[in-house]
Amino acid sequence: MQQAVQPGMQPVATTFFFYLLSGFTLLSGVFVITRKNPVHSALALIFGLLAQAGLYLMLYAPFVAGVQIILYAGGIMVLFLFVIMLVNLERSQREEQFNGQWVVGLLAAIALGGLFVTVYVKGKALFPYRIAQPVENTNTQQIGLMLYGQYMFAFEIASLLLLVAIIGAVVMAKKRI
Amino acid sequence: MGQIIQYIQSYRHSDLTPGAAGNMFWALVYIMLVFVGLSVAVIAMNWLERKILAHMQVRLGPMRVGPHGLLQPIADAIKLLLKEDIMPAEADALIFWVAPFVVVLAAFTVFVVVPFGPTHAITDMNIGILFMLGVSSLSVLGVVMAGWASNSHYPLIGALRSSAQMVSYEVAMGMAVVSAILMTSLHGLGPYGVSAASSGTGTLSMIGIVQAQNEQHVWFLFKFFPLGFIAFGIFAIAMVAETNRAPFDLPEAESELTAGFHTEYSGLRWSLFMLGEYAAMIAVSSIAVTLWLGGWYRPFANSLTGDTWDLVFSLFPGLIFLGLAAIAFVGVRRMPKHPYFRVQTIGLAGFGAVLGLIGLILFVPPVRDRIQDIFWFVAKVAGFMYLYIWYRATFPRYRFDQLMKVGWKVLLPIGIGVLILTAILGVVL
Amino acid sequence: MTDQNSSLSHLDLETPEKPFLDANELVINMGPQHPATHGVLRVILRLDGEKVLGLECVIGYLHRGVEKIGEHRTYTMFNPYVDRMDYVAAVSNGLGYCETVEKLLNVEAPPRAQYVRVILTELNRIASHQLWLGTHALDIGAITPLFYTFRDREEILKIYEKYCGARLTTHAFRIGGLQYETYAGFEKDVKNFLDFFRPKIDEYEELLTTNRIWVERTKNVGNISAQDCIALGVTGPVLRASGVKWDLRKAQPYANYKSFDFDIPIGQNGDTYDRYLVRMGEMRQSVRIVQQAVNALPEGPIMAKVPKVMKPAVGEVYHSIEAPKGELGYFIVSDGSTQPYRVRVRPPSFVNLQALDVMCRGQLVADVIAVIGTLDIVLGEVDR
Repeated sequence: MQQAVQPGMQPVATTFFFYLLSGFTLLSGVFVITRKNPVHSALALIFGLLAQAGLYLMLYAPFVAGVQIILYAGGIMVLFLFVIMLVNLERSQREEQFNGQWVVGLLAAIALGGLFVTVYVKGKALFPYRIAQPVENTNTQQIGLMLYGQYMFAFEIASLLLLVAIIGAVVMAKKRI
Repeated sequence: MGQIIQYIQSYRHSDLTPGAAGNMFWALVYIMLVFVGLSVAVIAMNWLERKILAHMQVRLGPMRVGPHGLLQPIADAIKLLLKEDIMPAEADALIFWVAPFVVVLAAFTVFVVVPFGPTHAITDMNIGILFMLGVSSLSVLGVVMAGWASNSHYPLIGALRSSAQMVSYEVAMGMAVVSAILMTSLHGLGPYGVSAASSGTGTLSMIGIVQAQNEQHVWFLFKFFPLGFIAFGIFAIAMVAETNRAPFDLPEAESELTAGFHTEYSGLRWSLFMLGEYAAMIAVSSIAVTLWLGGWYRPFANSLTGDTWDLVFSLFPGLIFLGLAAIAFVGVRRMPKHPYFRVQTIGLAGFGAVLGLIGLILFVPPVRDRIQDIFWFVAKVAGFMYLYIWYRATFPRYRFDQLMKVGWKVLLPIGIGVLILTAILGVVL
Repeated sequence: MTDQNSSLSHLDLETPEKPFLDANELVINMGPQHPATHGVLRVILRLDGEKVLGLECVIGYLHRGVEKIGEHRTYTMFNPYVDRMDYVAAVSNGLGYCETVEKLLNVEAPPRAQYVRVILTELNRIASHQLWLGTHALDIGAITPLFYTFRDREEILKIYEKYCGARLTTHAFRIGGLQYETYAGFEKDVKNFLDFFRPKIDEYEELLTTNRIWVERTKNVGNISAQDCIALGVTGPVLRASGVKWDLRKAQPYANYKSFDFDIPIGQNGDTYDRYLVRMGEMRQSVRIVQQAVNALPEGPIMAKVPKVMKPAVGEVYHSIEAPKGELGYFIVSDGSTQPYRVRVRPPSFVNLQALDVMCRGQLVADVIAVIGTLDIVLGEVDR
């Protein structure tokens, strides 16, 4: 039951897997915004989320990875797909894509990218070389303790928010039967 | 060369699963074993379902293809492979292609963490149960994709209904699972045994859950009776709805107006859906067995202890196979004595001989000891499979709105109630 | 079409002027080929989402012109044709026709013939209800009762086969009585069947009656009030399940039903569950009747004195019996020749089918199939 770091449990080929998973994430991000068919975009997003779960695993956060798969990929994206499939999209697909603002978009993207690069270059000293490695086998317990101990108030507020959203959705969508 | 053999040998004295021990070779071996075993199990399920359903309906089921229809699944597989591969005209080819594979992938990947014994699992993640729930929820995506790719109104509605049903019952399943996980953090003797305050270190790992049941000397089914039983009941109902089986199989029933999501699929693709469905059934049954039924431990592991009892229970696998061989030989005796039936009679006798041989091998002490855990786990899962078939024969179908009502308005409140009561009892007792 | 003074005006049934389609509605066709329509019935559903706003039945796919054929056959020659209308309960069709012509000819079948007729007709009622139960349960999703009921129905069909040579379209009766004497061992067979069958009804009930899924699928589904039933002319178990105690075997007794002691099961709510209970009760009562009949089977002739060439007097007669599906009536007009001038059949399924629209309003689409099943229609009878 105790999965302390045993001799056989050293991480393997970290660099390779990092580049692979982040490559998948980037690729899926590109597909999300370039596909014409919105269902394809949603599926590419699912793929990217699964790759991200892998990245979480590499950061020794297995609980977050599991929850990412269950909730994000298996719940939220399914709802996305429901909406996409129920709304009649063929009409909108045939319409011309509105891209007359591509110049402004490009300038904004370049500006944002430049901001990121500047922050990284100037503030490199602030980023630690290696973050403290969380203990993997108690990840769930640590999150639980924090969530229900230190951040209890925020947790309750978040759940109340979700409850309000659910009730609002039910009220708005409720018709006869 | 010596290094390779050393690498292979190094695992044999470890008390961890291959994944945990980091041994790639044995991990691959276990993966192949699980894959092959699962495929054989699905084939056997196909035959068993048809025979058991038939016998419950006062008829015989397949009898022609092979003795007593034993070769029927193979005939079905060949037929499905040879069928014309139809794709609807305007269907989205990529998604149409990928959807069955997603379902099968999700169903098979779940078995990475299923524990057949204390070290007999491919790996033992410390988020084992979370991983299983997560990956099995990915099969919903496959269903939605299949309905969408068929480019037809009725399969789409059927797929959306099917996936709405699966998602709803995942919530109820989650509640029941959390109740069981809560129980792993308790330490005490017996269901209401007085103990020091619970140690608070529960676990999500599958092997850990089973070992917690052993340490607490009670299967979680009987813990805090009837709470564990109710939680198990909620999971048992939700898992039937999760896998779209009777009585929750409205989305794939033929006599209803809306067709199922796999309407447009023919041949091999359709068989992949069925493969995924059976594998998912076995997967959720494995979860139920692990969480509530004590996993690989034999019945009465803590009340009937001692070497003699161990010996008695260890004879079960061999006896069961010998019993099956006896049934096969009774069938041989009852075969019609006609030249046309000669091949079938010989085939059945051979099958009975193979079963008997396996039974005899299972009596040999080294094999007997190693096979114990796997046997009890598989026996319990087989019990669930029989229940699945029994449900299909007995119950009418729920209408879709009644189905959702049961999931949200009955199972979920009871699940939350059981969770709260379990938590209270766990702290108080 | 809607008479303002009729009791049905509150239902606002379709008039030709009203448009059948509306902007928000979906029209779905349950085609002639459908696993659940019990034959070639076409139903056009008008839906609002999942709710049924109304429906229209298109029939005639099985029309064979039976009534027209009747005008060109002699009375005896027409006898086999009536079996083919309600092919599930062929024996009671034959009973109705033979009794009508006997009424026209003013003869009465001898007592032994009447007892045997009652035995075979009540056995046919059991067989018809068994088929209904199997297919109705199958539509709702319970796949096992079908096999049980068909297995038990085999015993009845064996008796028919031994008696008259046919299982389904039996042509068991003749005008004036029976043609075949009962075979040796007939009474023993019937008694064995009754002993075999009594626990079987309990077996069917055990599977379904208290099953919560069955109850949820059938309670308050397809409600029809007694008032609507009478206004639409619905008869049979549908009428009795709505609370109206009307059974032609008691109200206008024919054959020799007067000499038997049996009850009439009544329902209260007029929903599918009550119709199920009424038919199960009817099976039990039929067993009672057959038991009494076979215990009291008298000796004697089996055929009355009927002329070889039948030329009834000019006139018309209407005679109806309680078929398993409802009131089966025959209206025969004779013009003095060997062939009837007009044979009009009042099929119970045809009239009951009109109630489908009323029963399905406000229900969900998935219930339409349950309601079609509970009406127990046979398309051979609806279309003739």
